[in-house]
Amino acid sequence: MTDPAWIDAALTAARPQAVGALLRYFRDLDAAEEAFQDACLRALKTWPEKGPPRDPAAWLIMVGRNAGIDQARRRARQTELPDEERLSDLDDAETPLAERLDNADYRDDVLRLLFVCCHPDLPVTQQIALALRIVCGLTVRQIARAFLVSEAAMEQRITRAKARIAASGAAFAAPDAAERSERGGPVAAMVYLIFNEGYSAAGEHAGARAPLCDEAIRLGRLLLRLFNADPEVMGLLALMLLQHARAGARFDQAGEVILLEHQDRRLWDPKLIREGLALVDKAFRHRRPGPYQIQAAISALHARALSFADTDWEEIALLYEALEAMQPSPVVALNRAVAVSRVQGPEAALALLEPLAAPLAGYFYFHGARGALLKQLGRAGEARTAFDRAIALAGTAAEAAHIRKELDSLAEQAVAHCA
Amino acid sequence: MLYAILCYDNEEVVGAWSKEEDDAVMARLGAVQGRLAAQGRLGPVARLLPTTVATTVRKGKKALVIDGPFAETKEQLLGFYLVDCPSLDDVVETAKELARASGSAGAYELRPVGYFQPNAALT
Repeated sequence: MTDPAWIDAALTAARPQAVGALLRYFRDLDAAEEAFQDACLRALKTWPEKGPPRDPAAWLIMVGRNAGIDQARRRARQTELPDEERLSDLDDAETPLAERLDNADYRDDVLRLLFVCCHPDLPVTQQIALALRIVCGLTVRQIARAFLVSEAAMEQRITRAKARIAASGAAFAAPDAAERSERGGPVAAMVYLIFNEGYSAAGEHAGARAPLCDEAIRLGRLLLRLFNADPEVMGLLALMLLQHARAGARFDQAGEVILLEHQDRRLWDPKLIREGLALVDKAFRHRRPGPYQIQAAISALHARALSFADTDWEEIALLYEALEAMQPSPVVALNRAVAVSRVQGPEAALALLEPLAAPLAGYFYFHGARGALLKQLGRAGEARTAFDRAIALAGTAAEAAHIRKELDSLAEQAVAHCA
Repeated sequence: MLYAILCYDNEEVVGAWSKEEDDAVMARLGAVQGRLAAQGRLGPVARLLPTTVATTVRKGKKALVIDGPFAETKEQLLGFYLVDCPSLDDVVETAKELARASGSAGAYELRPVGYFQPNAALT
């Protein structure tokens, strides 16, 4: 007797390793996927009766390989299928196979699979779709739903990606040392993109896209097992955990975003926060900071603060400064200015905003932040102009409502002055 | 006689549980723990964070700090400590101190605790 939920979780967990090994045998994504599907069907039939195998991944690889070879043979000439027992009964074969698949094989199989999905010939949208399909095992329908496109369009995107990989040829050799270090970066970037697809969703789509965050975190853990001494991979996983920990507090009942300032911190997930904080600690021991680590450290300071007012803004401003030096971007500069306003006051922050006026002219948060600073300085007329710009750029009803509140309180201030 | 019950499982499978599944398992285990605690037979219960958060200190003339969990199979689990440390640096120092005092080979795996219940009944 084996619990169906356990079988589901075991199949999901074994997937990257099993599909990676099957890809090594068949050198073709479709064949590897099909063989894995076959093995899963047999697992669903066999495991509940016989109990789960000691090493589910090794079992799936063995059965998948037999099924795949059999498929190929059947296609070649119409021969009869070997009976179920011979294909699935691996009591004897399982142990030596599990021993042969040592950690190095596992590492290379999974890496190859991730590298194939991040193939430099593929546009980013195809990389993400392929990784979600092949590595995470999401159905085409689930992926289509998450990206708000039709199932047919997503199917086509994945088919194109596979065709491009087949055409590029060389993808299936075992990765060498140079490739391992060079291509780790794009894999990490792809994982963070998947996370952001899930994290940035709001309103009616939030529910459909939220699983992307879980998948990205799972991929992050997988990546850290492969690159267990890379502080940026630790930083990436920490960043995702700490941001995802706020999931339960980020939306109101209408599905609109609640800003960090107004979130109920009791709804943050303490388990994810503990894991994230421990990883930040572990990463920084390497004294090789990078963009993911810095962003994770900023998230960690928010996670540690008991309230918005308790936040260590001074440290956050310094971290944004370090991030800006590594990855110059007007949005990072804006975040830094907001942190500076909490430490040095609105005047200093406003000076930092000046050079951002052109690059962020069409950015809602820029005008919102600028309006708030001008309001603090009592420059009501300029503040109103900035808020008006912000409201025109608001992407959601919640954003517009937030700015309208600011405008209302400006009006009240004016009345108070007259009275 | 005091016994330690050590939990082994596939963390990728356990990590793939949904929050509902995880909560349900913890609730079932909590019921068993509750009975043991009521009889005054239960000591501390801890659930460790995933091995991706682990750091290993290899004992030796100069202790070696390695990222990742303890991976050798030649050595066996002989005991454990539960210590309160403000940071990973501190727990690494503590482990090094223990390594110097023990003088033997082997390793310490350092794992942050995710869930902890002291159950002070045993003293």
